[in-house]
Amino acid sequence: MGDHSDGIPAGSDAVAKAGLNEVEKFQDPGLPPHRLRLADTDPRAAKRAERQVAILFGVSVVGTLLFFFGYFFIRLDDTIATLRLQNMLLGLGTAFAMLGIGTGIVHWARALMPDHEVSEERHELRSEADREAAVKIVDDIVEETGIKRRPLIRNTLLGAVALAPFPAIVMFRDLGPLPANALKHTMWDKGIRLVRDPTGTPIKASDVTLGSAFHVIPDGLNDLHEGKLEEKAKAVVLLMRLDPSQLNPSKGREDWSYNGIVAYSKICTHVGCPVALYEQQTHHLLCPCHQSTFDLTQECKVIFGPANRPLPQLPISIDSEGYLVAQSDFHEPVGPSFWERG
Amino acid sequence: MKALSQKRRHPLAAVALLLLGLMLTGGLYAVVTTANQAKADTTYSANDAQEGGKLFIANCATCHGMGASGSPDGPSLVGVGAAAVDFQVGTGRMPMQLQGPQAQQKPRQFNDEQTHQLAAYVASLGAGPAIPEAQYTEGGGNAANGGVLFRVNCAMCHNAAAAGGALTRGKFAPALAGVSNQHIYEAMVTGPQNMPVFNDANITPNNKRDIIAFLDTIDANGSPGGAALGSLGPVSEGLFIWIAGLGVVIAFTVWLTSRTS
Repeated sequence: MGDHSDGIPAGSDAVAKAGLNEVEKFQDPGLPPHRLRLADTDPRAAKRAERQVAILFGVSVVGTLLFFFGYFFIRLDDTIATLRLQNMLLGLGTAFAMLGIGTGIVHWARALMPDHEVSEERHELRSEADREAAVKIVDDIVEETGIKRRPLIRNTLLGAVALAPFPAIVMFRDLGPLPANALKHTMWDKGIRLVRDPTGTPIKASDVTLGSAFHVIPDGLNDLHEGKLEEKAKAVVLLMRLDPSQLNPSKGREDWSYNGIVAYSKICTHVGCPVALYEQQTHHLLCPCHQSTFDLTQECKVIFGPANRPLPQLPISIDSEGYLVAQSDFHEPVGPSFWERG
Repeated sequence: MKALSQKRRHPLAAVALLLLGLMLTGGLYAVVTTANQAKADTTYSANDAQEGGKLFIANCATCHGMGASGSPDGPSLVGVGAAAVDFQVGTGRMPMQLQGPQAQQKPRQFNDEQTHQLAAYVASLGAGPAIPEAQYTEGGGNAANGGVLFRVNCAMCHNAAAAGGALTRGKFAPALAGVSNQHIYEAMVTGPQNMPVFNDANITPNNKRDIIAFLDTIDANGSPGGAALGSLGPVSEGLFIWIAGLGVVIAFTVWLTSRTS
């Protein structure tokens, strides 16, 4: 530790002396000369800095008062405008209260407090003797436990340690049931009506005019008391009507639509965002998260973006009253890939 | 008058002036909006349709064809209804300035009367959505219910704060702030350009009124949390905090480590 409060670059002499014998050694340039600040020499500058610090602390006081003004004197009525005003006063008040104290202290320390440079010596490296003593301690332990001479003890200990973590695995397993086949099935089933989200009213095929898009949930979803969101997250469907000539169903899927009305899962096959940006002229479905684009005229084939599989189609038909119903569940798991999907 | 001039340096004078200004703007706004609502009348005379036909031939038939039967450059307008005309022409989207991914909003080229005549002409070609009745566009309605419906049906394209958003290949869903109630209603029933149709069987007229009430409410209330930065979410907010927030941090670091003069 060398104290240079006198401002003279001390220590450089000592280094220079040592360097006389060993010319190759790096020369410690020492500390740069201490430079006096304006406030050190000019009492008026010191006074000015003092005032500045006081003003910064004053800013903090004003900030705190602003907070209390906002808290007690802004009367909240039914409009958001007063809430916004109060929020702003609370935020600005707290910010200036903290900032004033912080900047004030920093300015005080920089401009007025003594600014002598201090250098600290690096501590001594450990000696070889210390290292050997540590190695000896370990050797002594190994020797005194006799673990090398008593293999029975060593092996049983290894066995016990290897086995001990297994209860933790069992306990982690208790954190929740495995999803089983919940990811492979949704609420949709034969004869379940397609109803509007969120009202739950059924949809007549004649309601779905050309160019329409309906946001659909399965009938009965709104009556669920438990797991409603989980079921909804899997079962949401977008219902659209195209000119039947524009649909190009593949073999086996010809009767999955009704008069050009098709229903597709709204859950993106990439990471599961709701794909509901339907363009009625181009028949593109766009996922807002990563711009995966699905072409409705090609059974929602991916035409752009990171999604890997087309959106699953829900086979639909109509019941005796003319309402749209599902023919069955989706024929494949909806949403993004998962480990067991295969 | 003298008393007034003496009090003009009163500490509360600025507040009083501000209040006066706000009340004046509010009053003017109310007058202007009632004037807008008053224009919605939906009866057409034979003369309207005839005049509209002339306007159509002069301004629209190049793309939409004679008799509005369509051409390779523009779709047929038979059966699109008066609502579609009032929306497209009333917001300046039609006549289109240039071919592009979608027709852009611009200053309207036809006045109310001409728009009315064009609507009369197109409505006479075939049945289609009519201009909405005033009761659904005059305000009122349940904004909370409208908010639920908006988030299910509209927010994916138009953004949860109705700030608009991008679609594929240069198309976009426009921001809805400042769009008149009638035009919002007409857009829902007609599905202009790539917007899907939300007919009355999907969203009932009363529910459409609720959606409009929601949009009016968020328009009037503004952002509850201070600067909305365009309500675009993490893009604008992230940009702001990376530039302004980190800028402040860097500035403080420079200040902390610099020498005092």
